Amino acid sequence: MSAPLKVPSMLSANPRLDRWVKFNDDRSATVFTGRVELGQGILTALKQIAAEELDLSFEQVRIVDADTRLTPDEGHTSGSRSISEGGSAMRAVCAEVRAVLLAEASRRLDIPSDRLVVEEGRITGADRIRETSYWDLPHADLLAREATGQVPPKPVARYTVVGRSEQRLDIPDKLAGRPCFVADMKLPGMLFGRVARPPSFGARLESIDEAAIRAMPGVLAFVRDGDFLGVVAEREEQAVKARKAMLAASRWTEPGLPTDASDIYRFIETRDTTDTVIVERRDEPALARTAKTFEARYSKPYIAHASLGPSAALATFSDAGIEVWTHSQGVFPLQRELAEVFHLPVDAVVAHHVDGPGCYGHNGADDAALDAVLLARAVPGRPVMLQWMRDDEFAWEPLGPAMVVKTRAAVDADGNIVDWSLELWSNGHTQRPGVVITTEPSVSLLAAWHLENPVPRIPQGDPAMSGGGGMARNAEVIYALPNQKVVAHRVEELPLRASTLRALGAYANVFAGESFIDELAEACGADPVEYRLRHMKNPRARAVIELAAQKAGWVPNEKSDGTKGRGIAFAQYKNGYGYIAIVAEVVLEPEFRVTRMVAAVDVGLAINPDGILNQTEGGILQALSWTLKEQVDFDRERILSRDWETYPVLTFSEVPQVEVHLIDRRDEEPLGAGETPTGPTAAAVANALAHALGVRVRDLPLTRERIIAALG
Amino acid sequence: MSLPEPTRFTVNGSEQSVHAEPDTPLLYVLRNDLDLKGAKFGCGLGQCGACTVLLDGHAVNACDTPLWAAAGKQVTTVEGLAAGGAMSRLQQAFLDEQAVQCGYCISGMLMSATALLERTPDPSLDQIKEAMDRNLCRCGTQARILRAIQRAASTRTGAPA
Repeated sequence: MSAPLKVPSMLSANPRLDRWVKFNDDRSATVFTGRVELGQGILTALKQIAAEELDLSFEQVRIVDADTRLTPDEGHTSGSRSISEGGSAMRAVCAEVRAVLLAEASRRLDIPSDRLVVEEGRITGADRIRETSYWDLPHADLLAREATGQVPPKPVARYTVVGRSEQRLDIPDKLAGRPCFVADMKLPGMLFGRVARPPSFGARLESIDEAAIRAMPGVLAFVRDGDFLGVVAEREEQAVKARKAMLAASRWTEPGLPTDASDIYRFIETRDTTDTVIVERRDEPALARTAKTFEARYSKPYIAHASLGPSAALATFSDAGIEVWTHSQGVFPLQRELAEVFHLPVDAVVAHHVDGPGCYGHNGADDAALDAVLLARAVPGRPVMLQWMRDDEFAWEPLGPAMVVKTRAAVDADGNIVDWSLELWSNGHTQRPGVVITTEPSVSLLAAWHLENPVPRIPQGDPAMSGGGGMARNAEVIYALPNQKVVAHRVEELPLRASTLRALGAYANVFAGESFIDELAEACGADPVEYRLRHMKNPRARAVIELAAQKAGWVPNEKSDGTKGRGIAFAQYKNGYGYIAIVAEVVLEPEFRVTRMVAAVDVGLAINPDGILNQTEGGILQALSWTLKEQVDFDRERILSRDWETYPVLTFSEVPQVEVHLIDRRDEEPLGAGETPTGPTAAAVANALAHALGVRVRDLPLTRERIIAALG
Repeated sequence: MSLPEPTRFTVNGSEQSVHAEPDTPLLYVLRNDLDLKGAKFGCGLGQCGACTVLLDGHAVNACDTPLWAAAGKQVTTVEGLAAGGAMSRLQQAFLDEQAVQCGYCISGMLMSATALLERTPDPSLDQIKEAMDRNLCRCGTQARILRAIQRAASTRTGAPA
């Protein structure tokens, strides 16, 4: 008897087989996932997994993403966990569905299960005479049961669908301009809504000339509920005009902010903090070999998700309850929060996921859903389409928090690292529901805090280290170091609204750690690739470092001529997920530019190889944008970055050549790819810049001003 | 309240007549009156290119083009690129390169690139970058988009028009 299989957590939470799989009359199957498509291609990869385990063709499987009426509850789609968590559940479910149906086929055909062959859902014995199919069996009755999670999935060696690059399912419609996104939806009688947000965090409404707004053309409803302001109009442009008028006609008291963009690092370093020792490894004899010590301080500003499209939602409100179409990352948590705000039973709220503009963490999507419902409540029975304006998104989305990271290290006479420590300062990195549990109701939804009878804000939280951590994600390095200490200083006072942004603290921590190890290599006269390999035992880590260096044409100990440089950086995301090494090449003349990024990535078994390449290329370019350009500007009153001119991002002219090389490990667990490249991108570019310049810039973003300042 | 005077113009080859205030952004008319949802609202400020359409062949931001400016003109949207249901070469190249992540920017990208290739059938990489510089992509799909435009240009110059 072999040991019981580990039941995937998402399957334990949603054990009914028919919550996941259903067979259709047209000889197809529909699989249901609680994950959502965010432009990362997850539905294509999950469909591959389902087709593989069910022995159906890729085309025979349809997939439906998160919907509170239809699909399993898989919480939030975040943290590059969809392949490992959602994929493992889908694999186990489909393997079990196949086994359950085969047991019945075996009984009917009088052939042992293990002698049956399934091809595109046709079930035959070796003689090919006796035959049935999934659709000939009473599949609905057979799947009306709980999963055991004990059916072994198909051996990888027999895969034919998984591991093949499949074109993404959603791309043809998006290229044709067909309605794909929440904001593209249209329902009969649909009206348009806009909101007028306070000018700053904590501002209170003093007065507004309501009559003037109500009298505007097309305005059907004006909503004021505490400090929440919105309108519903017949036409979209009328709602936009009414919003502009609301902003002009409203008077607010602003409490001011405790710091500003130029003061933020001093601010977070001097607040009261809650301190956690993340790791502490002591080896006194190694410490005694100390020949030289080094230290450095790095910083990273507030960064915005800045999805290209502002958040949107479509909602109806009636006696039957609430129905909302949303690009939220978690329709079930949103359902529970909306029920809380409107004092409704949870099942009176229905939330459907529909694609939205790119999502890189906790953005305004859930807030927009509440806004849409608040506006729909003013016109019961009529659907209301709400979209934020550009400045709503910049000023109110939860930002990726600013961080300070300080490092210290000691090397022996041969330059080997004998001591390493890293301390970081940050707010908690999440404001999602479910992380901090409060005795009184609290929600993550923005408008709820502004209502006449508010539901208070969920206290800022930080994901637990057991799930990869938040602020301290990747703060520990996986180099084989005899001494290592990491301390996270969590700042409780929150100057700006903040929550999860792609990779959370890993972006700053890897930037700092991988810049610092480069500084040590340089100080010890070592080549950066050799120096990393010298301290790295993990074979998969070594493999990506070696491959990236080789593909980039890395020349050991190459001296810069002062006009160009190259740098490398490495990380294993969350110290337990995918491995990546990136080489960046930069030039200084005529101006600082990144010319080439070469990455080697290992995320275990590649489900959809091209999907991994797309996610990795995208992660590199988005992180390059953060690294070269991005910082949310704010003064003592409010956020000043409110459009693409005050918050510039990477443009085509600044895009380097990008090459990603995939190491496909078919015998290793498949892992997510989306967040893996962020920190290594920043460090690789900073290391290349330092190689070219001869001096180091430790504060992000790596702007021209900072480079000039570093040159002194 | 009486309806505004109709504005007449051509969209993807069809005559249209729309009753909306003349200062209405063309984007809302396309999306809401004509149900052409391809052009997206990105910023409403003419900064991001998500709403790019062709006005008499020139790429413009539909979010800050008033309806009156389109009167009597030819508007082409992403829905007008496919001829007889077949994708244009450029759309096919985007599909072949899988040059999409979230896809919110992509119709704007297609329209700017269509205008470029009309003007410059065989552009250099630098010319493509320059022509696309006012179209933002937040997912980091630019490298694939550049490859897709290059691919479309090469199939275009290699094949009869």
